[in-house]
Amino acid sequence: MSTDDVHLSWNVIFDIQQLFAYHFMQNAFSAGMLVALMAGVVGYFMVLRGQSFAGHTMSSVGFAGATGVSLLGWSPIFGLLLSCTVAAIGIGFLSDRRHQTAMGNGVAVGTIQTFFLGLGILFIQLSHSYTENIYAVLFGSVLGISDRDVELTIVTTVVTLAGVIAIARPLLFTSIDPDVADARGVPVRLLDYVFSILLGFTVAQSVQVVGVLLIFGLLVTPAAIAVQITASPYLAIGISILLALLFTCIGLSVAYFTPCPVGFLITGLAFGTYILVRLFKFGQIQLLK
Amino acid sequence: MINNTIDFKVSTFSTETYSHLGLRNIIEFDRAGIRCGGRVLWSNVNLSIQPGEFIAVLGPNGAGKSTLLKAILGLLPLSEGKLTLLGVPVRRGNHAVGYLPQRRTFGSDVHLQGRELVRLGLDGTKWGVPLPGLRMLWGGDKLARVERRRVQQAIEMVGAATYANRPIGTLSGGEQQRLLIAQALVTRPRILLLDEPLDSLDLYNQQAVSALIRQVSQEYQIAVLLVAHDVNPLLPYIDRVLYIGRGQTAIGTPEEVITSATLSRLYDSPIDVLHTQDGRLFVVGQPESVTYHPHSSHQND
Repeated sequence: MSTDDVHLSWNVIFDIQQLFAYHFMQNAFSAGMLVALMAGVVGYFMVLRGQSFAGHTMSSVGFAGATGVSLLGWSPIFGLLLSCTVAAIGIGFLSDRRHQTAMGNGVAVGTIQTFFLGLGILFIQLSHSYTENIYAVLFGSVLGISDRDVELTIVTTVVTLAGVIAIARPLLFTSIDPDVADARGVPVRLLDYVFSILLGFTVAQSVQVVGVLLIFGLLVTPAAIAVQITASPYLAIGISILLALLFTCIGLSVAYFTPCPVGFLITGLAFGTYILVRLFKFGQIQLLK
Repeated sequence: MINNTIDFKVSTFSTETYSHLGLRNIIEFDRAGIRCGGRVLWSNVNLSIQPGEFIAVLGPNGAGKSTLLKAILGLLPLSEGKLTLLGVPVRRGNHAVGYLPQRRTFGSDVHLQGRELVRLGLDGTKWGVPLPGLRMLWGGDKLARVERRRVQQAIEMVGAATYANRPIGTLSGGEQQRLLIAQALVTRPRILLLDEPLDSLDLYNQQAVSALIRQVSQEYQIAVLLVAHDVNPLLPYIDRVLYIGRGQTAIGTPEEVITSATLSRLYDSPIDVLHTQDGRLFVVGQPESVTYHPHSSHQND
């Protein structure tokens, strides 16, 4: 059986067998679901803290990292993890309220972001494998994930989730009310850095699935939908994880049977659901009036 | 012989402080002073506050009102003197102190239940997450029930039960302020520090929140320090006024402190206090309208 023989039938069990017939699809599902789990949890805090822009900046720095290590012949994921961690520390420093100015938040971060995108282009040019590499990093390459990448994804997911679980409540406190948290003895600055680094890990892994440019689809939109549905943090995190998993699995499955790319399907599902929830909320408010 | 000399020394260093020491005072400033960026904000402050007292902290912008609260929170070190809370030296993260910082309001994009905001006052400093399944293994369920009840009590105390489950961002300024007070009260503090809690409220809510603070303070014997710009909505409720101006302080009942003589001395320039027929006070000729200290804006962060 080759991928050309794949076709959708009415027999669901046969369809699922087809879906997992190839090793690359097994890897895609394992990595995709792990990343969705991370993105669902970390994305919630990111949305709560209003750090969506920071996440996007990390992915741009990650782009330069991924293409940079490709020059050395390493797996892009190492470059992603390394550069996202460095970017996380930098962003942690810039988001320090003591250094914060109008420059610190918007202009400086934007300038850094575009420079690293440019740097990534340079690295791709130097590596002589222009189209293939740039496409994979910008739009994701979940169908080309190796066994080693899956292993690394498992480690990163465990570390990130353990980290978030350990700091969840103080993190929620500092995200909502940094002044009171500080007064109550919560190490606000330390938590800023720790969360920034965990966000860096998540961004690095999400780039594998949806790529630098489509990162919002996994990291921001599920969490943004969740907070529209509920104001309870635990429920919101649950919904955020569920949606990220759902988008990833449906995206991968549909992409397998149709010519649609995974990145489009995940972001399309995220966008569609977001619009539906917003319309529903809008209708609710109108009805209440 | 030796004992006698020690007793003698203690009693001479400050008779006024000594008479209250360790007996009833919950906050004790002893010749305390603080400087910020080379400028002395206030110095030589001697002040004793008893449980259940409701004190308004007044003064011009940049006089060090918020700084006073931060000193009690242990966020800013004193440059001179001593500050004792409940008989022990001041330290950061003291659970006996509830705090409401100066702020505007939560934006409409804050999608978090009011109840969770209150709950953070109780468990926001604890590491780890209470996972419902795991919790039962080590008997954490009982603790969780106790915590839920305390959160509910704090919410009912401020009369926020009807809207506690709605997202904070959708609530009015008065409703948000009540929930924040509930958050400060949920640890059952002995001291409550409120930094301009009335600023974002309309006149009706200013009075209602003041009355609420008075009631809570008396019922639970909490010492309250409330920083305010306008003393008028507070006048029916407060016990004493602490006026900070030009590095000096004055404390006493509103009638004692908010007088032309005291304020003129504090500001070192002539100031008039006008009384309206309905008992309201107006301070005329405050230097803050004439001089402005740009380097003192750091404390309004």
